[in-house]
Amino acid sequence: MAAITHTGHDSRAINSMGLWLFIASEFALFSAFIFARYYLTGRDQPEELNIGLGYAITVVLLSSSVCAYLAEQAIARGDRRRFLRFTLAAIVLGTLFLVGVGLEWREAAHSFPPPDLYGTVFFSLTGLHASHMVTGLLALLFIWVQGRRGRFDAEAHWGVTGVVRYWHFVDLVWLIVFPTLYLV
Amino acid sequence: MAATALIARTRDWAFGPILRGLLTGLVGFSLGAGFTAGVRALAGADAIAFGPVIFGGYWFGLAGWLLGVGVWRTWAREWLGMPVDWTMRNGWQRYFDFTTDHKVIGVQYLVTFLGMFFLAGLLAMLMRIEHLTGGQVLFSPSQYNYVMSLHGITMIFVAVAAVIGGFGNYAVPIMIGAADMAYPRLNALSYWLAAPVPVLLLATFFAGGFDAGWTSYPPLAVENRDGQILFNLAFITLGLSSIAGSINFIVTVTKLRARGLSFGRLPIFVWGVFAMSLLGFFFTQYVAAAMMMTLLDRLFGMVFFDAAGGGDPLLYQHIFWFYSHPAVYIMGIPGLALALEVITHFSRKPLFAYRWVVGGILAITALSAVVWAHHMFTAGLSDIELFFFVTTTELISIPTGLIFLGALGTIWGGRLWLRTPMLFALAVIFNFLIGGLTGIFLADVFTDIHLQDTFFVVAHFHYTIVGAGIFGLFAGIYYWFPKITGRSYSEFWAKLHFWWMFLGFNMTFLPMFWLGLNGMNRRVASYPSDLEALNVVASLGGFFLGAGFLVFLANIVVSWVRGPAASANPWRARTLEWHTSSPPPVENFESEPEVVGHPYDYGTPGAVHAMLAGAEEEGG
Ligand SMILES: [Cu+2]
Repeated sequence: MAAITHTGHDSRAINSMGLWLFIASEFALFSAFIFARYYLTGRDQPEELNIGLGYAITVVLLSSSVCAYLAEQAIARGDRRRFLRFTLAAIVLGTLFLVGVGLEWREAAHSFPPPDLYGTVFFSLTGLHASHMVTGLLALLFIWVQGRRGRFDAEAHWGVTGVVRYWHFVDLVWLIVFPTLYLV
Repeated sequence: MAATALIARTRDWAFGPILRGLLTGLVGFSLGAGFTAGVRALAGADAIAFGPVIFGGYWFGLAGWLLGVGVWRTWAREWLGMPVDWTMRNGWQRYFDFTTDHKVIGVQYLVTFLGMFFLAGLLAMLMRIEHLTGGQVLFSPSQYNYVMSLHGITMIFVAVAAVIGGFGNYAVPIMIGAADMAYPRLNALSYWLAAPVPVLLLATFFAGGFDAGWTSYPPLAVENRDGQILFNLAFITLGLSSIAGSINFIVTVTKLRARGLSFGRLPIFVWGVFAMSLLGFFFTQYVAAAMMMTLLDRLFGMVFFDAAGGGDPLLYQHIFWFYSHPAVYIMGIPGLALALEVITHFSRKPLFAYRWVVGGILAITALSAVVWAHHMFTAGLSDIELFFFVTTTELISIPTGLIFLGALGTIWGGRLWLRTPMLFALAVIFNFLIGGLTGIFLADVFTDIHLQDTFFVVAHFHYTIVGAGIFGLFAGIYYWFPKITGRSYSEFWAKLHFWWMFLGFNMTFLPMFWLGLNGMNRRVASYPSDLEALNVVASLGGFFLGAGFLVFLANIVVSWVRGPAASANPWRARTLEWHTSSPPPVENFESEPEVVGHPYDYGTPGAVHAMLAGAEEEGG
């Protein structure tokens, strides 16, 4: 019978290393699209983007990350109520961010009607990021539902740690994507 | 991970998992395609446009396929807190199942990619028929380019995945004394993610084919027939599979080595797979990005590579080669490392300059990130860029030379045991010398401008990728055949296959250097008739080479079915896979192995590499 883990090996350390490698790999994917942005449009600064909205959703996303952090801290102490509350807050704020991106897209669809070079880099980068946001939100939703059903505690909460780390990564990527598209 | 309740699936049919996967894949595809068509209809676009509908359907179909073939039973149910209805089968059925045993997965990879190898080989036969004369024989130019493109990409996939996916999976965990890979289910996922790739490639036929070669540069790849879409999806899919596999290898080698097995004692093949996984997990994302951008241009009105819309086709080449140069090493180094492994065991000598060879592999790994534009010397780079990339490319010959010297130093004065694996390993070194030396002319701008896109390039990369990678694959097949099957192959037929393949290979590809020097372009169906004589030689060599594989197949099939039983260690080799039975039990060892010495201390009396707990001194 195949064992799924091996005796004598720290499965948390193994999972953690794999997640770091996955994040590094995802970083490579984003870097290709960010490179394309600079390669194709240099130091162009389109006037049409709604920078105010950009700042607003950035703040929303950062708050979501903070909530996710607090949720992980809570479950590490065994405080399930706090964990569930902050996870839910992170989900709501993350969804709000996506709504903001949707609004931005609606304006951009008028500003950069296809085929348009800045539209290409704008929609591909924000779209790639949004698809990672959706994955992250589904993962947060998953740990929230599982947490409500009594899973995870102070000793065993790798699932939470992993999802929250991924969430921080997606937020960090936005902190690169945002200035790349709006500020440079 | 929580311990899993394993319930026997007593009455599951052998092809149950695959059929369920196809069914859920079909459902997923219909959902995705319907969703895409619906969105397009709402947006006022042509709802059932082939490209977008296939694109949208594919990703849902892929997810459905994976869930149905095994992810749901073995994985998703556990996440959802449901009982896991899953056990491993023992007979031949396990090869058609979502099995987590790394040895089964290794064989799955090997058989799948050998199948693709023979298919792509048949396509090469067709190309050689076309080139028997300068004029038209079988194909129109566009049909020829389809055959050429399909041959190219299929062989590229074989070279990327056969040795690492096959022997990396089969041998690496045993060689480091582990019970399995770090993530056994992710490992199964990697294989079943790769399985749709040959289907996609074959399906290009029904979508009009494609003709942009394995490199698939825009603008052609944005404008040509719809088979191109399936090509791009196949490349992304195999990319995902190899990223997952690479992460698995890195963690496995880092975390699961047996007690006492320091990095300084790692067998050289493990080093090769480990280093190439360091390339694979990171750089593969760039080819996925390049393929994705092409699809975005083609299907969603973006202009990454469209000069008319302000984009730049050169961007594609930068991103594509940023992966595809490292990929050349992913194709070559595992075979080369496997050859070193075999050469050491069959020379009965320590691997010469082990540390320098490992350093060479790691230096190649590092340098391969900064040489990509040597594929773009004629694309209009600035002088500074040319200077930079010529320099870095020439630098790579230093670590390559170290690996080569390691092989020569090991052979030198060794008591060579010329069995079939050793013959293949020596051929790797011979072929790689020719491939390496001719590469110097392509690394230099002045000569490359003349040779670029000629058959000289074709000959060069076949000498490196087939000469090292594929000959290494066959060295591995004969070397580990007794371990994998528990049976011995026929040495006579194996040696016949070796000489047949070695002569056929050189007869096919050596003339191509001259063809290229005389100006024969690659990727063309017809050519000036004064080049016919050399082409006929290459074609006859090709047919000869192809026929030789019948010997291989017959020997392997007959030996697998009823060859004489093999002992645990027929080669009297020292690495850990030879310390366990042939074939090894599930989880590889009866008791926990401990490594106490270097793997290659041949000739040192009393030197021991590894011991199994409770067993007497092993190997020697
Ligand atoms: Cu290269």
